Amino acid sequence: MVKNLNKTKKDKSLNIDSPLHVTGRTKYVDDIPELSGTLFAKVFYSSIAHGKITRLDISKAAAMEGVVKVVTCEDIPGENQVGGIIADEPLLADGLVDFIGQPIVMILATEEIIARKALKLIEVKFKPLKVIVDPREAHKKGSLLSDPRHFQMGDIKKAFKKAKYIFEGEADSGGQEHVYLEPQGAYAIPKNNDCIQVISSTQGPTAVQRTIARALGVSMNEIEVDVNRIGGGFGGKEDQASMWATFCALGTYLTKKPVKYILDRHEDLQMTGKRHPYRSDYKIGLDKDLKIVAFEGNYFQNGGAAADLSPAVLERTLFHATNSYYVPNVDVNAYPCRTNLHPHTAFRGFGGPQGMFVIECAIHHAARALGVPANKIQEKNLLINNNEFSYGQKVQDCEAKNTWNQAKKKFDFAKLKKEVAAYNKANKYSKKGIAFMPICFGISFTNTMMNNARALVHVYSDGSVGISTGAVEMGQGVSSKMIQVAALCFGLKTDEVRLETTNTTRVANTSPTAASATADLNGKALQDACDQILVRLRKLVKKEWGLKSKDQIHFQDGWVICNRKKMKWNELILTAFQQRVNLSAKGHYSTPKIHFDKKIGKGHPFAYHVFGTSIFTCTVDCIRGTYDFDKVQLIHDFGTSMNKLVDLGQIEGGLVQGMGWMTIENLLYDEEGRLKSNSLANYKIPDIHYVPKKLDVEYLDTKGSDLAILKSKAVGEPPLMYGIGAYFALYNAVLAYNKDANIPYESPMTTEKILMGLYSKKANS
Amino acid sequence: MIKFILNNELIETDAPSGTAMLDFIRKNQQLKGAKLVCKEGECGACSAMVGQLINGKVAYQSMTSCIMPLINANGKHIVTVEGFNMNKLSPVQQALVDTYGSQCGFCTPGFVVSMSGYLLSNSQLTKEGIIESMDGNICRCTGYKSIERAADIILKKAKRDFKKVSVNALADKGYLPSYFKTIPKRLAAIKIAKTKNAKGVKLGGGSDLYVQKPWEMYEKNAVAVYDNPAMNKITVKNGVFEFGAALTMGDLYRSPEFNKAIPNDGHMFKLLSSTQIRNMSTIGGNLINASPIGDFTCILLGLDASIVLNKNGKRRTVALNTFYKGYKKMEIKKEEILEKVKFKIPSKNTTFHFEKVSQRKYLDIATVNFSSSITLDKSKKIKDIHLAVGGVGPIPMYLHTTVKFLKNKEMSSDTIDDAIEVLQNEITPISDTRGSADYKRLVARQLFLAQFLNLDANIYDVKKLVGAW
Ligand SMILES: Cc1cc2nc3c(=O)[nH]c(=O)nc-3n(C[C@H](O)[C@H](O)[C@H](O)COP(=O)(O)OP(=O)(O)OC[C@H]3O[C@@H](n4cnc5c(N)ncnc54)[C@H](O)[C@@H]3O)c2cc1C
Repeated sequence: MVKNLNKTKKDKSLNIDSPLHVTGRTKYVDDIPELSGTLFAKVFYSSIAHGKITRLDISKAAAMEGVVKVVTCEDIPGENQVGGIIADEPLLADGLVDFIGQPIVMILATEEIIARKALKLIEVKFKPLKVIVDPREAHKKGSLLSDPRHFQMGDIKKAFKKAKYIFEGEADSGGQEHVYLEPQGAYAIPKNNDCIQVISSTQGPTAVQRTIARALGVSMNEIEVDVNRIGGGFGGKEDQASMWATFCALGTYLTKKPVKYILDRHEDLQMTGKRHPYRSDYKIGLDKDLKIVAFEGNYFQNGGAAADLSPAVLERTLFHATNSYYVPNVDVNAYPCRTNLHPHTAFRGFGGPQGMFVIECAIHHAARALGVPANKIQEKNLLINNNEFSYGQKVQDCEAKNTWNQAKKKFDFAKLKKEVAAYNKANKYSKKGIAFMPICFGISFTNTMMNNARALVHVYSDGSVGISTGAVEMGQGVSSKMIQVAALCFGLKTDEVRLETTNTTRVANTSPTAASATADLNGKALQDACDQILVRLRKLVKKEWGLKSKDQIHFQDGWVICNRKKMKWNELILTAFQQRVNLSAKGHYSTPKIHFDKKIGKGHPFAYHVFGTSIFTCTVDCIRGTYDFDKVQLIHDFGTSMNKLVDLGQIEGGLVQGMGWMTIENLLYDEEGRLKSNSLANYKIPDIHYVPKKLDVEYLDTKGSDLAILKSKAVGEPPLMYGIGAYFALYNAVLAYNKDANIPYESPMTTEKILMGLYSKKANS
Repeated sequence: MIKFILNNELIETDAPSGTAMLDFIRKNQQLKGAKLVCKEGECGACSAMVGQLINGKVAYQSMTSCIMPLINANGKHIVTVEGFNMNKLSPVQQALVDTYGSQCGFCTPGFVVSMSGYLLSNSQLTKEGIIESMDGNICRCTGYKSIERAADIILKKAKRDFKKVSVNALADKGYLPSYFKTIPKRLAAIKIAKTKNAKGVKLGGGSDLYVQKPWEMYEKNAVAVYDNPAMNKITVKNGVFEFGAALTMGDLYRSPEFNKAIPNDGHMFKLLSSTQIRNMSTIGGNLINASPIGDFTCILLGLDASIVLNKNGKRRTVALNTFYKGYKKMEIKKEEILEKVKFKIPSKNTTFHFEKVSQRKYLDIATVNFSSSITLDKSKKIKDIHLAVGGVGPIPMYLHTTVKFLKNKEMSSDTIDDAIEVLQNEITPISDTRGSADYKRLVARQLFLAQFLNLDANIYDVKKLVGAW
């Protein structure tokens, strides 16, 4: 069944945070009133990409009025380390710098402007060492962050021998800056017993807590991390928030004063990592019917100077190397290359988009060479139930063909094709392009261990409910969803449930809010906690009302009901309280069924997959090389969405973010490892005029998955990958003007590449 | 002392005149609704409305407070998101809630200000207009569609509620807090002391200075050019258009006189920064900033404008096409102020044309911009021509050689082919973040061709150039 999600205005989707947002009353870290005595931190960072520190003189800065302390790596009481997966990243440089933006010294001052001025008084000399910025070069030199990874299935050699057509080439995708509008930052406050409370703009409160404890040489129970909500994360605050929080905590540890550090945009752009740029090779083999029989890929991930989350991101590239297609013979290899750039990190899609881009390029290449539209090859190779991925999992509840066919039908592709052909014939200097982009994205942390969550529920004696989970609200609507889950369990209105901050003293050992799985994991843990309380309440009701069984007891609309008897929820709770029933519960959930053997690269890593198909139409001005997106239309598999407006927002936002990555977001470094796109003046993300004039999101109502919360499938990351369609729609429009255009497969498709393509010489392949 | 009304409160402050408005709002006033995101005017999360009393009415414009000098608030009404708050949500706020036009929420106060400000400053409401009011607001979460839907709801409701939109009507119908009605009187009561012989940095809207030296401006003494009434006038006399250099791009966008003199569909202005920045960008600032890609500079070069420089009453006129001497080097003395700009209004036979290509179509600095005035006689001979191009050399360029080449030639495909060669020899682009030198040469050619296609769509077959770059 297909429903139009754009028309769900009347749907009473809960939207708990917006009233605060629209009145400017939401409190982010920088909005918390400062305690008196607060110190402000600033970091002095490396201005070269690789070198030895031969001289470091902090004396002038330290002597400046208002400067309280200048902190170097020698002041760190615990380990000088912030690496998450691999301990390879110092908090403060110790003799060696590996990228521009690497922290060397922290300054603590009574005012931010003083700290800023003191930065200029730090004297440092370097002996420069060789700089590597290209991952292929790093690979050649054996400069890797961790072991290469390899997935394979079938017999690739044999398959290529038998293939009728083989195409090989290179496909590179550019990096992407997160541009979470709220910059990174934290505020540390000294508490009793030498404990430190840290308010952090992070997606991973536990990661922050663990990192601080290690750097300070204290136990985790001495560090409390609290997150109210964050002003955007997109993966950029999954691991990389830890550093700034650690600086604050270290400052507090050393001075016993509150310490605040909010990065300014330039610092943030310079010091933090981005979506990994990738360079890749592909080789694709097709049979005479255009079935893909073999796919080989080599992925050179530009990981930057430290591992950060790169090994995990790398793995997901392989998981999604064949996107939505069934390929019986696969051989894919990925290399986490160590370069002299800031350590790159998680970004919505987590390596998946970089993998999908490559096979889409391979298909486009084949289609161009064979003179067929790419969508013909795409369509012929879509997954069906029980098809096996290279990592051993067999696809279940597959909606690849369903969403594709529905998209073709619903958006009348036959007509669109004709209209575009007619337009291109009629217009000399204006051409339209179309592209399909199907997606298939696996849901779960691919590190099986992380797929668990906890929640804490208190029912207060007046009947109101307070819940805490490990989920961080960053705009994705997880707070609304959590409240919905608890309200549904107890049969209450959503305004009777309050969601507390995400705090490591209430919910411990959390996985970061990431991998699209947060609502599933935390929601299920929350259900568990609510159920525990309900079991106790049912027992009480049975006793109080002298029932034979508990089966008929319902909690609905603020009442507990059994047959004809009913009682108000708050009366019941008061009774329970008086009867000394435990009205609090801690819930736990760990995803069943999933497993993965990293050594052999086989298993069943995903709880389920999410599917969808999008169609892009764009118009290119062939004089200027500029363009507009006329429309993007897509059918998405939501399962049974529990909050349609939240989910629609994720689709639209993810899609546009993906389009930005593929087109205007041009992350640039020079050969010295210097970030050239170092401000929002020269790194551009979509604005209101950029977005497609028409954006249709159609809702494929499927039965969902039992492993999805309320059968409402995860929706955070998958839509980003629709954005890849933008690249190919533009490419195809250029080909309509210059059929021989020479455009290497390199994203983003900037206006430069478009115009150069429109007038380029013939490709010589 | 600087005096203004912030939301519903009179502010009298001795804070340094160079303080950025956003810092004053957030730190000094502890109003945390406006957000600090980029400190470059690029995102609009700090947007505030700035109201100025003109003929008894307050005219509101949006600006990015992160790069707005405190001194430019003198005598004005500054409205942040808090200033729009009432006991219940305003229709703008409610619409954003209903469509889920707010996700992480960090950009949201800026959008609320822009849309509320749109209602506040326009009597005719259109979809295009309300969208344009948000062209300086960046959102990273929503993909804007839900915000567009909110705009639709607001428009629909407002069209039902008002025949003509006015501040009083808005306040009466619960779109604005009622204190807005008291603002004209209260602004009129503010007395600003004239500063005599002020010395220091000349400050227009600050949209270049605060981006280039964000931290130094705090301690600088500023001479506010922005509010100099003598530099805010337009006169049209004897076919000459003359205007004060303190006028902003926004002022000219809204000026009937300018749009009559230079017929354009408004699209030209939309390509220049954003609503907020246009409201801050003085033409004087644009010219003196001397950026090789300054858009209005390019426009004025293409109009063959001249400027009037004033040093304590001593005035001289300089042709703009001789003003730029090298990268950020100009024919201006330290004490001189750029007072006025003038150009001959293009006649019936003259076509003015402006082009701009950038990475992002809107709110982006040009990769290459181009402007021209071409006067043809009946036989398609080029009687007069002015060509300007930016982004292909160290200065905003007037194409002296190409102009000379084309003058008195017949406009034909062959002439154009030859002129392309002259043009390519005249420009000297370099590679940077905005594109490779090679690409900029290609853009320059294409925009050069576009102006001719604009005059005659069949004058040149651009398609023949395919495969040859
Ligand atoms: C986000 C953003 C986007 C932008 N986009 C564009 C764009 O698309 N196109 C474009 O052309 N520009 C753009 N700009 C640049 C800028 O807005 C313009 O150059 C603007 O016209 C500068 O005017 P101002 O009054 O703000 O200058 P200010 O910053 O106040 O001053 C600039 C310089 O001019 C001097 N000055 C100002 N007025 C006078 C005077 N009357 N006499 C002598 N000296 C004077 C100042 O001392 C200073 O050196 C953008 C800026 C920002 C922040």
